[in-house]
Amino acid sequence: MATGEFAAHAVHAHAAPTSWIRKYVFSLDHKVIGIQYFFLALTAVFVGMFLSLLMRIHLIWPAAALPLLGEIKPETYLTLLTMHGTIMVFFVLTTAPQGGFGNYFLPIQIGAPDMAFPVLNMLSFWVTALAFFVMIAAFFVVGGAPLHGWTGYPPLSALPSAGPGEGLGADLWVISIALFCLGALMSALNFITTTLDMRARGMTLMRMPLTCWAWFITAILGLLAFGVLLSAGILLLLDRNAGTSFFVPLVTINGQLTGHKGGSPLLWQHLFWFFGHPEVYIAILPAMGLCSQLLSVFSRKPIFGYKAMVYAMLSIGFLGFMVWGHHMFMSGMSPYTAFAFSVMTMAIGVPSAIKTFNWLGTIWRGRIRFTSPMLFALGFVSLFISGGISGPFLAQPVLDIQLHDTYFVVGHFHLIMGVASIFGIFAATYYWFPKMFGRMMSESMAHWHFFITLIGTYAIFMPMHYLGMAAHLRRYSQLTELKYLHGLVPLQEFMTYAAFITIAGQFIFLFNLFWSMKFGQKASDNPWEATTLEWTTATPPPHDNFGGHIPVVYNGPYEYSVPGAPRDFIMQTDPAIVKAH
Amino acid sequence: MGLVLLVAIWLITFISAYFFMAKTWWLPAGASAAAAGIDHHFATTYFLMGIVFVVSQVALGYFAWRYRDRGPAIRQALYSHGNNRLEIIWTLLTLVLFVGLNFMSSSIWASERFRPAVSDAVQVEVTGMQFAWYFRYPGPDGKFGATKPELQDPSSGGEGAIGLDTSDPAAKDDFVTGTMYVPVNREIDVILRAEDVIHSFFVPSMRFKQDAVPGLAIHMHFTPIATGDYEIACSQLCGLGHYKMHGILRVVSQEEFDKWAAAQEAGKQ
Repeated sequence: MATGEFAAHAVHAHAAPTSWIRKYVFSLDHKVIGIQYFFLALTAVFVGMFLSLLMRIHLIWPAAALPLLGEIKPETYLTLLTMHGTIMVFFVLTTAPQGGFGNYFLPIQIGAPDMAFPVLNMLSFWVTALAFFVMIAAFFVVGGAPLHGWTGYPPLSALPSAGPGEGLGADLWVISIALFCLGALMSALNFITTTLDMRARGMTLMRMPLTCWAWFITAILGLLAFGVLLSAGILLLLDRNAGTSFFVPLVTINGQLTGHKGGSPLLWQHLFWFFGHPEVYIAILPAMGLCSQLLSVFSRKPIFGYKAMVYAMLSIGFLGFMVWGHHMFMSGMSPYTAFAFSVMTMAIGVPSAIKTFNWLGTIWRGRIRFTSPMLFALGFVSLFISGGISGPFLAQPVLDIQLHDTYFVVGHFHLIMGVASIFGIFAATYYWFPKMFGRMMSESMAHWHFFITLIGTYAIFMPMHYLGMAAHLRRYSQLTELKYLHGLVPLQEFMTYAAFITIAGQFIFLFNLFWSMKFGQKASDNPWEATTLEWTTATPPPHDNFGGHIPVVYNGPYEYSVPGAPRDFIMQTDPAIVKAH
Repeated sequence: MGLVLLVAIWLITFISAYFFMAKTWWLPAGASAAAAGIDHHFATTYFLMGIVFVVSQVALGYFAWRYRDRGPAIRQALYSHGNNRLEIIWTLLTLVLFVGLNFMSSSIWASERFRPAVSDAVQVEVTGMQFAWYFRYPGPDGKFGATKPELQDPSSGGEGAIGLDTSDPAAKDDFVTGTMYVPVNREIDVILRAEDVIHSFFVPSMRFKQDAVPGLAIHMHFTPIATGDYEIACSQLCGLGHYKMHGILRVVSQEEFDKWAAAQEAGKQ
């Protein structure tokens, strides 16, 4: 079989490992690596969530003495928000959807035995894991973790004397991000090559499930974005340790000259947001792909406008590199460029709206099965609308004057980049758990988890928009100093109570995950009656994914309820059916 | 389950929308010449986005319930791969809505940021440092004297904190205060500077916000139209005391302002 177009498969095939270490630790198997990424993200998300809980507690009970931790000082609050943001953006939102589920299911969905470069794949995971340990280590060094926010604007982030945590802690923070960039770059190369070179016969690009398109486009964004962040990180490290002045002009800290001169603080912001804005799409695109998939599967209907969905994702990816300046309307950047960035940003709302219309079009006149993955996919659409609708406010510089750096922004990006993406991760977990672990997750626990999380996250993040309109600034550790904040404290209290309940709800998920691994009902090979290739193979899939043969694809991925077909779905590998249109 | 989801999504939508419409929490009252235009555009965006928000959430909840699976005998799912005409219609509609909004607001932005302050504007230099704002006035000569970083000494406050070079003749009549006094109905030419890290000068009631960046002197203008005290906040994370870096903008009549400025000048001698 290793002839002609399948030569690539044979080259990349590798024998199943026998030793425990090569099987579960330094594994080359994309499925094991995917699970490793998943558990790394799971650890990170609980760390990040715990940090946010401490922040919520501090905001409304600033003097509370917590068990083991004592009182949270104002600077500790800034450390918490810095580490919460960094850990969540990098080690959860970038890691789980792409590194986790993408790694596991991209090769299977396109009919490949593994990723194109298995060794590189293993390396990218372990570099990412190392980055996480370095990040966590920042908590335990002298001075603690940095307080400069996840965006790390210099000179604050470049000068050890600028604040507590800006010493070794800040160095570890930069090193961790640089390592993460390396891991992400290796992973991006692997995803792109795999998608282009490893597809099974008949799996044309336009027959790929939208999940694969999303992973593919995300990988391209990662390749272009993480390289820039890596360079910026190296320059910042040099400024911090080698006496260069890329980002630091002539400044004094508390009257003391710092020895720097001539640098540009805005240069960092341009480099950071050139990465930072595509990063938003890196976090959300896989969720878009997956939820498109799930809405089709569980509505028993073809996706509405497959090509429109592909083109929308491509244009989001393309435009995503032209809007970074909308983070900098108040930065001192030329007001003329603000106008250009604003137009591009409003334009990127268009493909996002197209996707929303197509999701509604997909469930319209379907036969909806309310499984747990479907609930989270529908929740994703709701959150995507709510989080997206505040975008056109912030995209207009005139309105950004008032809203910039307020809770309005925090509410906006948490709903769309945070919670909506997390809903994508939850949906993916409930959907693919049976394939990965051979058992079903408990549906009743999942339903509780869904409704607590949906209502809870709205209760936390919707009030942030009200706070922002009332000019409540973000990153304020005490609400006592500015008088106009005093009247807003009750709303902050409400949000903290909502956070308690929502966080408690996440333990239902955690319990369900581990309980179902052991005691869940045994899963069949295709429990959801879906059409894509992962459901044609055994549960869990064998080492080479398809047990010695390579599938051949005849159909598109969304052939549901085809008139005249014997059942309401046609597998991609099903040769007998000629498409009806 | 479809009904439960419908109720959840609709409740979230209506409760969220209620607080927006009731304006329970809203922008602080505007007190600058630009505020009315900005607030009007804010309200326009609110109205249009509010409709999109409610309509799409209501549709999502309704579809989820209406098209729930009640067995193939009752209703089959529609076999359709989409509709190109619909795709084109909603692409164009959103394009017109989003880019249209943008062009509506661009003239306000242009008047705020594209033109410099008028020539007879009142000049105030605002300097941010960890964690205080200082305000410098050029005095009768209308010229700011030189400052030097090596002279900056926050512990001495006032002129010393911003490193005023007293050997410069133009600096003789400069005075530095901790409260920002400005006359009402005059355009204020703000010159923003920062000594150490990035700060951001935010006066919510004036709809005025601009980062103060070390190494740059950024000019920005606004015109207060009502006398009174207004809070100034720092809106860019600047270190552990970020939350307490605030000040007062005191808008007074021209006579009061002149009297106050003369007293500052006299106090210097």
